[in-house]
Amino acid sequence: MKEYLELFTTFSKIGAFTIGGGYVMIPLIEREVVEKRRWLERDEFLDMLAISQSAPGILAMNISIFIGQKIKGFKGSIVAATGIALPSFLIILAIAAFFAGFKENETIERMFKGMRPVVVALIAVPVISMAKGLKLNRYTSFIPIVSVALIVLLKSSPVWIIIAGALLGIFHYYYNLKR
Amino acid sequence: MIYLELFITFFKIGLFTFGGGYAMISLIQNEVVVSRGWIDAPAFTDIIAVSQMTPGPIGINSATYIGYTVTGDFWGSLVATIAVCLPSFIIILTIALLYRQFKKNRWFNAALTGIRPVIPGLIASAAITLVTPDNFIDWKSWTLFIVAFIAVLWGKRSPILIILLGAVAGLILY
Repeated sequence: MKEYLELFTTFSKIGAFTIGGGYVMIPLIEREVVEKRRWLERDEFLDMLAISQSAPGILAMNISIFIGQKIKGFKGSIVAATGIALPSFLIILAIAAFFAGFKENETIERMFKGMRPVVVALIAVPVISMAKGLKLNRYTSFIPIVSVALIVLLKSSPVWIIIAGALLGIFHYYYNLKR
Repeated sequence: MIYLELFITFFKIGLFTFGGGYAMISLIQNEVVVSRGWIDAPAFTDIIAVSQMTPGPIGINSATYIGYTVTGDFWGSLVATIAVCLPSFIIILTIALLYRQFKKNRWFNAALTGIRPVIPGLIASAAITLVTPDNFIDWKSWTLFIVAFIAVLWGKRSPILIILLGAVAGLILY
């Protein structure tokens, strides 16, 4: 019982106090789990991180489930996942309920008018840093461009684009294998 | 049955999110704004602003918020949040069982190699689709967009600070 409680408090503390999403959480999770609690070796943690990054889903959620499972099995994974998600859930629920009553508030609307273009800019910036990180060549740089065109102009679902990307990767690998 | 639709939508989002929070925003936006029409572009943009500024993973924050907005109650939040996390459970627990085989799986890695270059395209399309007349009401909006873009890209300023400054600018300009 004590270990479940420790798992829960460790992850809920991280969930409650990190602003800015998954990548901000990782070093904090590492410090808690590897250095303070000594639940995992650093190598083990890094392996889990690599897998959590390549698996689909929310990164912080993936790594919490993974660590919880490692320490206390299936129940451990539920406890860790609940810990990481519960603070968000409660805080957002309170905000959503609060804002529902303030929809027509003139001051809040003015603030959001200023925030909206800023948020669009925040979404646009990682496009550039990610594209740089990929080191695209003359051929592969068509992939993101075609993806944008398909989604924006032809209203394709990103789900299909991801499936197409996966198939392209597998096909390319198979082709190189045969050659 | 709105709860069932909400569940299916967010399960799909959780299952197909590769490449972090911003990639997830593009999936959520496509499902919730474009294909289901549950919320409009400005309301979605507001939800992303709040999700960025509050503690916790952006994916959880926005799922909880959208679940509440679509249904107007606690249960909507709960359904959306559980649904977005459920694929992670199934996948990570399966991987934990087959840990060693998974680490070296060449076919999986080949698939990921194909998915990676798609992700910036996904995120770009989310940004482009959010450039609507409601989000960009006048030249002041465009000025804010350009200043924020430069500040984050070259100034490496924290997104939270930039959003807060956007709110202050909104109070001054409008």
